[in-house]
Amino acid sequence: MAHDGCKDWQRLIMYSSNLVARKWFNRFMLGLCALGAGLAIVFVCLMLGYILIQGVSFFNLDFLTHTAAPIGQTGGGMRNEIIGTLILVGLGSLIAVPLGMMTGIFLSEFANPLVASGVRFAADILAGVPSIVVGVFAYAIIVRPLHSYSAFSAGAALAIIMIPIVARTTEESMRLVPNSLREAALALGITRWRSVLSVVIPGAITGIATGIMLGVARIAGETAPLIFTAFGNSFGFDGLGKPIGALPLQIYRYAISPYKDWQQQAWAAAFLLSLLVLVISMAVRWLSRKRSS
Amino acid sequence: MDTMTQTMKAIANTTEHKHILITENLRAYYGSFLAVKDVSMAIEPRSITAIIGPSGCGKSTLIRCFNRMHEVVHGARAIGKVLLDGSDIYAPGVDPVNIRTRIGMVFQKPNPFPTMSVMENVVAGRRLSSVWSKRSEMDEIAEKSLRQAALWDEVKDKLKQSGASLSGGQQQRLCIARALAVQPEVILMDEPCSALDPVATLKIEDLMRTLAKDYTIVIVTHNMQQAGRVSDMTAFMMMGADRAGSLVEYGRTQQIFTNPKNKRTEDYISGRFG
Repeated sequence: MAHDGCKDWQRLIMYSSNLVARKWFNRFMLGLCALGAGLAIVFVCLMLGYILIQGVSFFNLDFLTHTAAPIGQTGGGMRNEIIGTLILVGLGSLIAVPLGMMTGIFLSEFANPLVASGVRFAADILAGVPSIVVGVFAYAIIVRPLHSYSAFSAGAALAIIMIPIVARTTEESMRLVPNSLREAALALGITRWRSVLSVVIPGAITGIATGIMLGVARIAGETAPLIFTAFGNSFGFDGLGKPIGALPLQIYRYAISPYKDWQQQAWAAAFLLSLLVLVISMAVRWLSRKRSS
Repeated sequence: MDTMTQTMKAIANTTEHKHILITENLRAYYGSFLAVKDVSMAIEPRSITAIIGPSGCGKSTLIRCFNRMHEVVHGARAIGKVLLDGSDIYAPGVDPVNIRTRIGMVFQKPNPFPTMSVMENVVAGRRLSSVWSKRSEMDEIAEKSLRQAALWDEVKDKLKQSGASLSGGQQQRLCIARALAVQPEVILMDEPCSALDPVATLKIEDLMRTLAKDYTIVIVTHNMQQAGRVSDMTAFMMMGADRAGSLVEYGRTQQIFTNPKNKRTEDYISGRFG
């Protein structure tokens, strides 16, 4: 027999005459796969759709341009919180992008394997730390000593969340640059740092940009680290050393409030935040498609 | 083996002024693995020296020791002397970056920088090792190097295009032009034609013969016919029982191919193995 290496059960399947049963079993399993995929998509659509339906109806120009109205008054918007979120995301990126990129460059180009695996492990652990813990950490080392909630402490907390994301994507995309290019540069008498700067990084730049945007999308929606740091501030930006408002924070406060008006505003804010993250994700997809082509 | 080392030393001593690159008891390691054992050879200026031998005998490792590219691999190191114009490139305090501007290298697979244009590729070595580079000067160097590499006429209208858009043979000549732009004294070529078709191969070989009037070329090749066609001197390497490669015979190409002194060289040349 040709299939001498086969076990009995393999032969049974291969030469089974019960083709009809096999076909039905195949269809059943395929159906399960389709069901799983369908469920995932349905839930995403339900969630986004619900936010869209609930949010859009309260989403208007006032929401974008007005500040929060006092309790009891209708109207008002989240201008201060939108600006606050932009400031916090900017602040977090300002700290995390250079640090994360430098960590990634170090990991991919300069660290010896032992050190690299240690740093990589630390970065992965950091990425897995619950965000509320990061918030408490920032509270302990920045808010407590300075005796004030502050935009700066919130930016630092967000940066801590963003650093491992930027570092690992930078490292991964730099590793994708073929070694032959590094050797080509070195063999031309180009120094190591210059070859990294002018050959390796340009080759990895779309990947690095993708990582940065993923990080931005992630921290834009973070709420927990802001509770102990940004604290919230409905009166507008008041300097980096003072409390600051943020969209996710306001969603949290308004959503659990008993006031109908506030709950509606929370829906609108949720819609805006989802839209922001969606736009960033689409930009990321567009960037990575450009890279692969 | 010892007698050969001694004769090589004798040659090196008596005619030192004649040789541009001399190795003495060069050993190359990857970690604790000895890949190349005690190579002593002297390379004549303005000539083509071919290094041949079966796969895995350490040919590439050997020439990577000539411009200190061997040590770029993690855990790799070289012991011994390599004299460039009489001074040891492995002496303490010697910056490998300086050595690599004097000894250029062309690799097995064409590797132009994909993020740079043809123009930028050619002057990359110059531009990226200086703080400030003048545009007109760079244009001049680029044209001169491309002409030297017999590529100017083919690419003069696409200098702004990506280096990766050229054909394989053109890419390899671009890499040669890129190496020439740094104005090295020696050019090392690590199987430069193994990824190319016969026509492109022939072009590179013609180019090598032209370049050998002004430059010293050391080429590693898998292809014995190629060594026979282009080289003035031939070194034959083989892997010993300890898996370390060593130099078996080194001499004029004509002598190696027609009248090899070593039995193993003869066996390899006549195609009995390898």
